[in-house]
Amino acid sequence: MDLSRRWLQDYVDIEGVSDKEFADKITLSGSKVESYAKEGEELRNIVVGQVLTLERHPDSDHMWVTDVNVGKEAPIQIVTGAQNLTVGDYVPVALDHSVVHGGKEIVAGKLRGVESNGMLCSLAELGLTAHDFPYAIEDGIFMLGNDCDKTPGKDIRDAIGLNDTVTEFEITPNRPDCLSVIGLARETAVTFGKTLKLPDARYETKGENVRDYLHDVTIHAPDKCYRYAGAVVKNVRIKPSPKWVRERLRASGVRPINNIVDITNFVMLEYGQPMHAFDLRFLEGGVVNVRNAAEGEHITTLDGEDRALSPEMLVIADAAKPVAVAGIMGGEYSGIMDDTATVVFESACFNGVSVRKTAKKLGMRTESSGRYEKGLDSDGCRRSLDRALSLIALLDAGDVVDGVIDVYPAPKQQTVLDFCPDWVNGFIGIDVSADEQKRILEALDFEVKDGKIYVPSFRGDVEHKADISEEVARFYGFDKIGTRDLSGAAAGGFNEAQKFENLIVKTCMALGMSEVATYSFVSPKVYDKICLPENSPYRENIVISNPLGEDTSVMRTTALPSMLDVVARNYNNRNLKESFFEIAKVYNPRGTEELPYEQLTLVLAEYGEGTSYYTLKGKVEALLAAAGVNEYDVLPMKTAASYHPGRTALITTDGRELAILGEVHPDVLENYDIGTRVYAAQIDFDLLYEIGNTVRTYKRLPRFPALTRDLAFVCDKSLPVLTIEKLMKKAIGEILEHIELFDVYEGVQVGPFKKSVAFSLTLRGKDRTLTDEEANAAVSRAVNAAAAVGAILRA
Amino acid sequence: MKEQLERLRAAALAEITESGDLSALEAVRVKFLGKKGEITGILKQMGKLTPEERPVMGQLANAVRQAVEEAVENAADALKEKQKALRLESETLDVTMPGTPAAIGHRHPLSIVLDEVKDIFIGMGFQIADGPEVEWDYYNFEALNIPEGHPARDTQDTFYITEKMLLRTQTSGCQIRYMEGHKPPIRMIAPGRVFRSDPVDATHSPLFHQIEGLVVDKGVTMADLKGNLLTLAKKLYGEDTQIRLRPHHFPFTEPSCEIDVSCFRCRGKGCPMCKNEGWIEILGAGMVHPKVLERGGIDPEVYSGFAFGLGVERLAMFRFNVDDMRLFYENDARFLKQF
Repeated sequence: MDLSRRWLQDYVDIEGVSDKEFADKITLSGSKVESYAKEGEELRNIVVGQVLTLERHPDSDHMWVTDVNVGKEAPIQIVTGAQNLTVGDYVPVALDHSVVHGGKEIVAGKLRGVESNGMLCSLAELGLTAHDFPYAIEDGIFMLGNDCDKTPGKDIRDAIGLNDTVTEFEITPNRPDCLSVIGLARETAVTFGKTLKLPDARYETKGENVRDYLHDVTIHAPDKCYRYAGAVVKNVRIKPSPKWVRERLRASGVRPINNIVDITNFVMLEYGQPMHAFDLRFLEGGVVNVRNAAEGEHITTLDGEDRALSPEMLVIADAAKPVAVAGIMGGEYSGIMDDTATVVFESACFNGVSVRKTAKKLGMRTESSGRYEKGLDSDGCRRSLDRALSLIALLDAGDVVDGVIDVYPAPKQQTVLDFCPDWVNGFIGIDVSADEQKRILEALDFEVKDGKIYVPSFRGDVEHKADISEEVARFYGFDKIGTRDLSGAAAGGFNEAQKFENLIVKTCMALGMSEVATYSFVSPKVYDKICLPENSPYRENIVISNPLGEDTSVMRTTALPSMLDVVARNYNNRNLKESFFEIAKVYNPRGTEELPYEQLTLVLAEYGEGTSYYTLKGKVEALLAAAGVNEYDVLPMKTAASYHPGRTALITTDGRELAILGEVHPDVLENYDIGTRVYAAQIDFDLLYEIGNTVRTYKRLPRFPALTRDLAFVCDKSLPVLTIEKLMKKAIGEILEHIELFDVYEGVQVGPFKKSVAFSLTLRGKDRTLTDEEANAAVSRAVNAAAAVGAILRA
Repeated sequence: MKEQLERLRAAALAEITESGDLSALEAVRVKFLGKKGEITGILKQMGKLTPEERPVMGQLANAVRQAVEEAVENAADALKEKQKALRLESETLDVTMPGTPAAIGHRHPLSIVLDEVKDIFIGMGFQIADGPEVEWDYYNFEALNIPEGHPARDTQDTFYITEKMLLRTQTSGCQIRYMEGHKPPIRMIAPGRVFRSDPVDATHSPLFHQIEGLVVDKGVTMADLKGNLLTLAKKLYGEDTQIRLRPHHFPFTEPSCEIDVSCFRCRGKGCPMCKNEGWIEILGAGMVHPKVLERGGIDPEVYSGFAFGLGVERLAMFRFNVDDMRLFYENDARFLKQF
């Protein structure tokens, strides 16, 4: 909302308040100023001048040499190429070292040998168009009319009224009343303790009766049209509006057209009420029907587009056809033309939701629809219509026919609230007297009487005493409210799950991995990229019905693609060796009647020199140890589609899948254009938390010495080391304190398809020093156990 | 014999001095003091002496032996010292060469800021709550006083799954969910991801993070809101930070405000960061709307509360001087490792 300071001043006198002070104070009372700017701010050193002489340039057949009175002792000589000058004209003169629109600097110089001390300006050089000064031409010098101050030497901005300040407001959707000059003038008046002066909306009519022209108005859809008021103006005299109307429209960002159109725009800006003017000639039958569009109906709107209407859309129709899409845009013949003689003015109130849905469906948002969408005040229709008619009279734009057709099936009920100043004080934490609260409310046009507050119709946002407290608080001043610390102790802090998450994050970082943050939505193509089979359950995902694009159109069921994107980007950016983690949410659908299961997964990935399946596995093992998960099984996993069949493991606990880790499948890497091996792990974080144990208790340090024995076996190359280890553990029993694989060898020494594996066993008794005999017996149990799977002790 | 002893002493001392290393020294020791050594040999001949000569010569022989032993010991010590010095010398490193790289994991900058805010609120007795990201329309809009057709729905371009299921556009739904499960007094913050269909650019992302806060108790006023959020501002930006409340509108709070902090770069004097205003907006807040309390099962005639929300990306951009939000989601290691 762009507000003209000049227009504001018509209704509330804040002369002497600087633009900055206005912006600051009105912002702090609740109308947020985004910015403000003076019109013509870029113009420098341009003044009014009078053309005293006009002679042909001696060396040019199209240039003129003039002497111009610019209010100084002597006139100045200027050379111009303009052809529309006559002696005596008043024109804008850009003096030596001046700046015109667009930032161009003008300096004195010679034009074909003749001295020129400035430049005569056109409208464009002042940043204006013929809409702003309809009597001027656009391709010549702007000759000031009688609506300008013609004092030579006067700053051109002041002379032609290009000196308003435009303040841009961000109006919140609850205050459609502030999308108007009057609404903001009311806020201004209360903020600065001034009186609001409303415009005079009285007018004289020229007899006859509105129904002689507009025979009837019928609302067929009272759920979508709350009120429709229509009036008629005959003998319309289309001409430009006077300067005071034009400059107020210009400052508000609206282009002046002609008096009738300008009046509809003027009232819309002034009161916030969109208006429409129909040419009665094109209103078949002289009737208005506010109805739903019929199936298959079309309308060509003012912008020349053909629009297919559907039955939930509200239209303004005459006896035969739609003439406007209600509250959005008129039909092609509904507009005002040069030969328009009789006009029907519409001031109506339509249902905001209906207008929004229609505007959205037709893809046409207009100034009018934007206002209706926010919910307008049906009580205000008549006042705005009266104001429009008074402007018709004032501007002599036509003759107002007596009477208004005002269809208002269910007038709005006034909201009445209890006046409870003590509650307001208690709720906000202030101490403002009842009298002062009453004063604030009355200044805002609330009526306070007998312990009740009568809410004005344009304040549809006020419906509860909490709303009243806001009115009091913002004009009392948010800055005057005290500050108080929360009192009383409260049991704050992380819960167990949050602490666990913190622990895992810290562990990941201690392991040298950096945290990443990736989008929750992905492209449905990622499942192909990670080579999931067609029937993979991961392909069943939550689909966004109105995505920004395919890339972000489904909620991920696996976070592996997000991580691979990160790896790919880093690899392409020549980051040679990286290690990443993310605790990521995946979204497992559970139908339309239940929200998805939002599961946390811990995703790890690393690549680059020195990384391998085993470096990643070491990190996974460390994480499991940190989580207190010590009992788990590791199985070779040959069928995970995204992973290398020979270099992938599944980690399970009690038969439940806890994690998958391995080298990413070369096909997947190719899909991501990654030219190096990548190792990744996906850990079910929710399961990890469930089985994790972060309770730590001290175990007494050993008091008896340990015995160590090293054993080397030869076995089939395919025999998992873990199998031998488990068998030995079981065979030795509790005196086995620790078992460690310290060497694996394949080669000529052990023969083809064989490998040598060497373990170091640490044996210790809890309550005694073990004898050599005990240790030897344990070792031979281990050797026998290993032999059962073909692992033979090396000689 | 006496001359013999003196000669041996002189010879031994000379040879000790000459021995250049420990093995040569040991050879000298064996030569003179060993079982078959020359001095030992003299001592063995003591029996041949007369009883008068024996004590005199014995004394002399012992003195010589002691002197040689001592000399051997001293020479050994000196040699060991010399060897150690040589070893240390030979082990000299170029201490200016870089250390072996040790991998350090980095916390994501958004998490760093989030942790900081959590820490501040935990210090004030808050709990950390959570809510689903795929949410019902009810929690995201209805229960927050934003019914179907409300213009506020337009300002938050929503991703829909079905008519009733959506990606939450704000963490505010956590207020309702928390009130449903907890009775006052309530002090909670709920950080999390939110989604809006804003195309990606330097200051917009279809996914970003918010932190919701809620305090409900008897007698909570706007003064508590101001005090609490002033504390947050001071903890984030320093003790001399000021806050400014501007009236605003949120459907689920009344009164509502936006909160500016005095610019932490220029301390309020005006600079490019605060666009010469001296203030930077960081928060939205307000008194919880009585209807919202009711929907959370809390009697607004007995309890009141305040709520607030802040954007994590915005805080992080200010904190780390990041000028492009996309960096947070690109996860380039060169970016991540700066934090």
